[in-house]
Amino acid sequence: MIAETGLIALLIAAALALLQAAMGFGALRPDGESLLRAVRPVAVVQAAMTVTAFAMLLLLFSQTDLSVKLVAEDSATTLPLLYRITGAWGNHEGSMLMWVTILAVAGAAVAMFERRLPERTLAATIGAQGLIAMGFFAFLLFSSNPFERLPVPPVEGSGFNPLLQDPGLAFHPPTLYVGYVGLSVAFSFAVGALLTRDVSPAFARAMRPWVLGAWIFLTLGITAGSYWAYYELGWGGWWFWDPTENASLMPWLAATALLHSVSVLATRDGLRAWTVMLAVVAFSMSMVGTFLVRSGILTSVHAFALDPRRGAFILILLALYIGGALALFGARIATVAEGNRFDPVSREGALVANNLLLSAILGVVLIGTLYPLLVESATGDKLSVGPPYFNAAAGPLALILVAIMAGGPMMRWRRDRLVTVGRRVAIPAAVVVVALVAVLGALPGLRILPLLGLVLAAGAAAASVAPLWKRNLRRTPLFTWGMVVAHLGIAVSLAGMASESAFSQETLIAARPGETVHVGPYAIRFAAIDPIAGENYTAVKATLVATRGASTPITLSPEQRTFDNPPQQTAESAIATLVDGQLYTVVGEPVPGGRWQLRLWWKPFVTLIWAGGVLVAVGGALSLIGRVRPRRQVRAERDGYAR
Amino acid sequence: MKAKNQRLVLTLAALGALVAAALLAMSALRNQASFFYSPADALRDHVRPGQAIRLGGMVEKGSLVREPDGVTIDFRVTDGAASVAARYTGIVPDLFREGSGVVAEGRFVAPGTFVADTILAKHDEKYMPPQIAGSMHETKSLKP
Repeated sequence: MIAETGLIALLIAAALALLQAAMGFGALRPDGESLLRAVRPVAVVQAAMTVTAFAMLLLLFSQTDLSVKLVAEDSATTLPLLYRITGAWGNHEGSMLMWVTILAVAGAAVAMFERRLPERTLAATIGAQGLIAMGFFAFLLFSSNPFERLPVPPVEGSGFNPLLQDPGLAFHPPTLYVGYVGLSVAFSFAVGALLTRDVSPAFARAMRPWVLGAWIFLTLGITAGSYWAYYELGWGGWWFWDPTENASLMPWLAATALLHSVSVLATRDGLRAWTVMLAVVAFSMSMVGTFLVRSGILTSVHAFALDPRRGAFILILLALYIGGALALFGARIATVAEGNRFDPVSREGALVANNLLLSAILGVVLIGTLYPLLVESATGDKLSVGPPYFNAAAGPLALILVAIMAGGPMMRWRRDRLVTVGRRVAIPAAVVVVALVAVLGALPGLRILPLLGLVLAAGAAAASVAPLWKRNLRRTPLFTWGMVVAHLGIAVSLAGMASESAFSQETLIAARPGETVHVGPYAIRFAAIDPIAGENYTAVKATLVATRGASTPITLSPEQRTFDNPPQQTAESAIATLVDGQLYTVVGEPVPGGRWQLRLWWKPFVTLIWAGGVLVAVGGALSLIGRVRPRRQVRAERDGYAR
Repeated sequence: MKAKNQRLVLTLAALGALVAAALLAMSALRNQASFFYSPADALRDHVRPGQAIRLGGMVEKGSLVREPDGVTIDFRVTDGAASVAARYTGIVPDLFREGSGVVAEGRFVAPGTFVADTILAKHDEKYMPPQIAGSMHETKSLKP
């Protein structure tokens, strides 16, 4: 009954999405007046139906109803409750349903809370949101029905990928999806504004909180995913340039660019066409990412499915939506009036540079991600593009971007003079020089990227707080604080990345219990190794006692877990977080002579990577709060930082 | 600057950035892309020693030998048609064992001898890399 309820709710939601699209676009006709208000409730009910369907799926999974194909394939009664529930989105169909649910809820949120957008543009926006939802409902219903029943239910489910059996699964995918799919709102706003030819600063001010909201979640989702991969995979790395990681990075890059260009449009009425374009590109990147991850053409733990029909279906949806939006853009953009002009040396100029660099990085990542697919489809050769490519191509661009991020906020809107800008950036520039001398002196032989990373991080950190200089901190607008905190977060994260890359130390050894091994400043005594039993696995647990100098010893207990359904082993790393870094330990296999493989890392300041990510998101949140409470906003913005 | 000129300059800057990114990407790709080979392909194509590649196939049954240091292993990667000796130092992934699918990233140090920097292993049909699934279709005799 539950599965059928879910399926019916999904069907109703699909029908409502169709209605929503028809009404939303119909409202643009001269006689469409009456549809303007009626389309809002449709979007809300559509979302309620989709949420119902998703709730039914959660219920099925929590009850482990094995008569449902999806549950039987991806769960088991022996799983702990947390993974019986989160398992609902640890598979292709369930995660697509979550995708659509967030899409519908985002549309409903626009229908319920958006007050600044003109009615006609809003109706078209909601219509566009319905149109997107329709395609993905069709995808679910025709090729990925999560509610399919089995004629004969199995006695036990086939279990759940042990790598996904981690609390991270409860947080990372939902957060990432809210960000990913939340960008659909910006896309729909752009479509709506193009249809009504209403691209204006007011439009940008209406769109900005939605972009910010999605971007905050995307930032948190990526940060969480990175940390999860770091501790769960046991490889000691925090970013692998895996295509699925790139699939989340690309929308983030586009959304970050959009976030900055929308400010130019809102504040200075510039970059009209570009901002609309970015809004289209950002969600297009989300859809490309969904295609990459969900079509099964990639090698990844995220690639659940190997079903070419699904890939073709998403590819067609992609072509329709992106192609349609770009065609609309091409047809209408000439009628969007030119915005304000500005001098190259100005805040706008810096933001344009920011946008170009973000776009260039996006291009580099996109090319690297798609190249293997293109080559394979053209020549049949299989190749992979990995970290050497991405670091070499995107790294330098990212460093230039950080430099611009540091200097940009110190420039005036509209027009500035290089001399005065030079005076303002003097202190951060001095910090860079001092850092360079210090790093070169103390650590000769550092590779170029980590070296530049460390030095730039110091300068960017100093520069990011500069907008607060000589200001009354209590009267500084919240969105200025937001910018300061977010930019500081980037600097902090960069420092972590550079430090991890430059100073990590690794020891790989086979040791007997009782032996002492060394990594970085730590002496680690391999105290014991014991068998233990978990809820649905057995494991061997190593006890490692780490000491540094005379400090209190730390005990770490990495495990090697063995699951039997499906039969699989996973290494459970043990990490000690200290003020100045992390001690990361993994226990491997037993080897002859009573020894066990131990892999130990000392990673100085690695935690800054994710702390920076969280700071960026906090900055976004401050900004968002500052923007939705628009007191004195316009005036404060006009005054800008550099008075 | 006139409005039209400004738009032109911005468009040119955007195009310039895109072209620069594409050139950067292409030159990096030429040096850094690593091709995926099955052992038979690798031997047939005489992959140059030192070139970064991915070698994919199965860990040959009975070929896995552990060195005395406890952390280095020697094994053979096979695709059913040919096999290549490989060496790896590190903790092998959880799914790595004789008969399991493997993708080894690394390079040949001598013809027929491969040194892996990274090992990816998959064992469950569901999570098998499409590349291996592909090469498995070509040589069906592999199923143990």
